[in-house]
Amino acid sequence: MTGKLGDRLLHGYTWLIIAWLTAPIIVMIMFGFNDKQSKSNTSWQGFTFRWYGELFADSSLTGALVNSLQVAVVSTVLTTVIGTALGLALGRHRFRGRGVSNFLVFAAISTPELVMGASLLSLFVSGNTPRGLATITIAHVLFSLSFVVVTVRARVVGLDPSLEEAARDLGAGTWTTFRLVTLPAIMPGVLAGALLAFALSIDDYVVTSFVNGNQLTFPLWIMGSVKVGIPPQVNVMGTLIFGIGVAIAIANAVASRRRA
Amino acid sequence: MRRVRATAAPYLLALPAWIWFGVFFVVPIAAMASVSLTTGNILEGFQQTFSVSNYAAAIGQYHTQMIRSLVYGGVATVIMLLLAYPMAYWIAFKGGRRKSMYLFLLLLPFFVSFVLRTISWGFLLADDGILFGPLKSAGLLPQGFHVLATEFAVIGGLVYNFLPFMVLPIYVALERVDPRVIEAAYDLYASRWAAFRRVVLPLSLPGVFAGVLMTFVPATADPVNARVLGGTGTTMIGNIIQTEYMTNNDYPTASALSFTLMAVLLVGIFVYARSLGTENVLEAAAR
Repeated sequence: MTGKLGDRLLHGYTWLIIAWLTAPIIVMIMFGFNDKQSKSNTSWQGFTFRWYGELFADSSLTGALVNSLQVAVVSTVLTTVIGTALGLALGRHRFRGRGVSNFLVFAAISTPELVMGASLLSLFVSGNTPRGLATITIAHVLFSLSFVVVTVRARVVGLDPSLEEAARDLGAGTWTTFRLVTLPAIMPGVLAGALLAFALSIDDYVVTSFVNGNQLTFPLWIMGSVKVGIPPQVNVMGTLIFGIGVAIAIANAVASRRRA
Repeated sequence: MRRVRATAAPYLLALPAWIWFGVFFVVPIAAMASVSLTTGNILEGFQQTFSVSNYAAAIGQYHTQMIRSLVYGGVATVIMLLLAYPMAYWIAFKGGRRKSMYLFLLLLPFFVSFVLRTISWGFLLADDGILFGPLKSAGLLPQGFHVLATEFAVIGGLVYNFLPFMVLPIYVALERVDPRVIEAAYDLYASRWAAFRRVVLPLSLPGVFAGVLMTFVPATADPVNARVLGGTGTTMIGNIIQTEYMTNNDYPTASALSFTLMAVLLVGIFVYARSLGTENVLEAAAR
């Protein structure tokens, strides 16, 4: 559409947007090293490693992080099992209820988080259900389920059915075929779905804020202390989570490139 | 025996997800509908009266915030579309072998918690923060200058947080455009602009459609940006619903508001799909 000059402008523009998207991350990392004296952590007051040493000094913050990890692990396992099963059914079989299933998957993705959280709270209030880690986990499975189904379904659809037929012709039973042929073949989709579920769970604020009762997760703890000032430990934890996430993503990319 | 198991397989596989969706998605929406038609309060209990008075009262009291949310969500979506398209275009057509690197950089913010990202924005924009603090002490900005607690900060935060969800679908649509189709347009003496407007742009519309859906709904219903970056004059409907549920324990009003929000968004999506031509969009997406 554009000539050489236009290309260069667009190239620069792309980098400008990337810089803008990255700026708050740099600020987050930087203020984890801020040697702040006053309560507010908004102006730069010198470099320190102090907060890395005192990472777990605030027990309520540490507790919230532990809650987040616990919920993320349990909900990821549940979501992956339930979602992979539906993904297999939708990708492989024609059955009654297929249309309804697809509709539910789509509806759950497109419902605003706020409405999902509010409706779950309505259910728990109507049923007098005590709210806590269990209800948070239920909610997290619900909002990540569709994403696992979609990722696994895409992988199953791309799978050659003759592989499974060959296994069955060679005398493998349903379970053996699944374990030795189907599962390894769809594994990348299952893992991608599981990673997505974990990321969605550990990051969620909106839905969790409705069903948490008196339990706090990491994002809830942070939101609760916005008005009084965020301690630098939050920046440090954010930096560490960011570092681990990026490292996993890069390692994954390198590994898949080697395989190719 | 084998045959029976084979036909039962899809139902057994789908059953757990059906139960989860049924009990924790369909039933709660119904529960919310039923709560929105009750009267009473948390101390004396709620009675099912099937009265729509909650809706009238809720909309009467909070229509300002409802309209404000739709305006903020709409403005943010338009800005995102304008920002995202050129970037998606450049990555899809000129990214070459570094395409995946650009996409990775675009997704970098997602490795930081949504809440924390928004707060870091607040850091940047703070009245005495690293951006405005030095400018103010140098006398380049008046002391009273502030961005936080204004609609600019809130809409800016929404744009920042949801922009990648606009870029990705447009990128995917553009990336699928066959370069030979564009060459054909040039062979038929189309100018660069005509080739873009009449070939590339129409082919990318499904991506634009998906991008708008993926950003407008969460941006309009978002309570985080208004709470962290906004002030008393920028309260959005998400904040009201949270307060009504969690602080005021006024479940009927909160349910009525949630339902109204969902209905407004659904109608919005429907009108938008119709005005763009659902058939065109679906047809293009299927290709």
